[in-house]
Amino acid sequence: MKPRNSGSVVRLAAPLRALAQRFSFLLLVLASVALMMVGRIDALSVDSARARVTDAFAPILDAISRPAATAAHVVESVVEVQNAFEENQRLKAENARLLQWKQAALRLEAENISLRSLLKATPEPSSSFITARVIAAPGSSFLRTLVVTAGRRDGVRKGQAAIAGSGLVGRVIEVGEWSARVLLLTDINTRIPVVLERSRQRAVMAGDNSDQTRLLYLPPEAPVQVGERVVTSGHGGQFPPGLPVGVVSSAGERGVRVQPNVDLSRVEHLQLVEFSLPGSESEPSSESK
Amino acid sequence: MTLTLWQRLDKTGRNLAPFAVTVMLALAGMIPVPLPGYASVAPFLTAIAVYYWAIHRPDLMGPGTAFLIGLLQDLLTGGPLGVNALVLVLVHWAVSSQRRVLASSTFALMWFGFGLVMMGVACIQWLAFSALQATVLPFRPALFQALLTMAFFPAIAWMLIRVHRAFLQG
Repeated sequence: MKPRNSGSVVRLAAPLRALAQRFSFLLLVLASVALMMVGRIDALSVDSARARVTDAFAPILDAISRPAATAAHVVESVVEVQNAFEENQRLKAENARLLQWKQAALRLEAENISLRSLLKATPEPSSSFITARVIAAPGSSFLRTLVVTAGRRDGVRKGQAAIAGSGLVGRVIEVGEWSARVLLLTDINTRIPVVLERSRQRAVMAGDNSDQTRLLYLPPEAPVQVGERVVTSGHGGQFPPGLPVGVVSSAGERGVRVQPNVDLSRVEHLQLVEFSLPGSESEPSSESK
Repeated sequence: MTLTLWQRLDKTGRNLAPFAVTVMLALAGMIPVPLPGYASVAPFLTAIAVYYWAIHRPDLMGPGTAFLIGLLQDLLTGGPLGVNALVLVLVHWAVSSQRRVLASSTFALMWFGFGLVMMGVACIQWLAFSALQATVLPFRPALFQALLTMAFFPAIAWMLIRVHRAFLQG
């Protein structure tokens, strides 16, 4: 077979080896199928095995993801320098608008506080967060997850919300010692109870592995407008109510689709947020958001 | 002919090169690239490596090794266990059934063969994920991933040839 070691023993053993190899293929195919079954039946131990392997490779993934991030920054800064003037004009206009909003927000906050004190309303549950860097994304057509550099020893727990900048990104599904996996909004397994901000219409937002998500269980006569904000409803107790998720991008015969607020392909850092919701174990937190 | 301990260590180290390079490609395939839509069509680099080594050094890249690499990839990507393992074992099987043709062929024919293998890979992945999700998933991302992997093939194969020459011929 191979010119390298053409001894007589090898020549005799070659057919035997070929036979063994043919069987090993069958065995390995069966083993793969068996593993798929095991993954479905005993998801818990598979999860912990996954977390351990991800932990073991996290330092390497961390190291090799840094040059890629740096290269992306360089390209981005070149593009930004080119557009600096227009960007500056746009930001000035936006700043003027935001200052007006700030005044409105301050007025509303003062009003809110005074009304709360009148009503003796319970204070909002506090939250604490952990910031983590994204080090890996699976290169697969059918999975939407991210691996981040924070784990159990940093206080990450399963089910925590992952937030980046302007909105919800996903939720923690697997926690290792120093790494964790986040299931993105767009993954086909994601289901999040949401509410349309203006019409207060409740729905469930589901991913379908594309860049947008869809709204399920909306009544057909529900008034849905393109551009309406979608926020978490807080039902099910997984997320607090009012976290921004996305904006309705299209509504029609083929269902309502939502564009997530965060560009999920460019997330570099995530905040994993522990909301001490009523009923869950409340922890004293120094940071609040 | 007896080898000294160091010679044997050196030989073992060199023989590990195909496995090590394939694992590195598995990790490189998981680097987050900030391009919109890239994550769903990121090239399936380990398939290229398994294809290459199964043609040129099947003694160092057996079906068991392919299975292990697939399993590692399944664990790292967080997908259902066994899918990549199955895919890579089948890639190995497809190659070893046509090895004589592929080993003595031109690069263009090897590339063409890889294209056929990748189409099979896309179909198997799509079938496996659809079955495990119990829904019919869109096939297009898998197809585009296969096409992008084919586009990456010459570059990765060039790198593998360099590794092959540097570590395993001398």
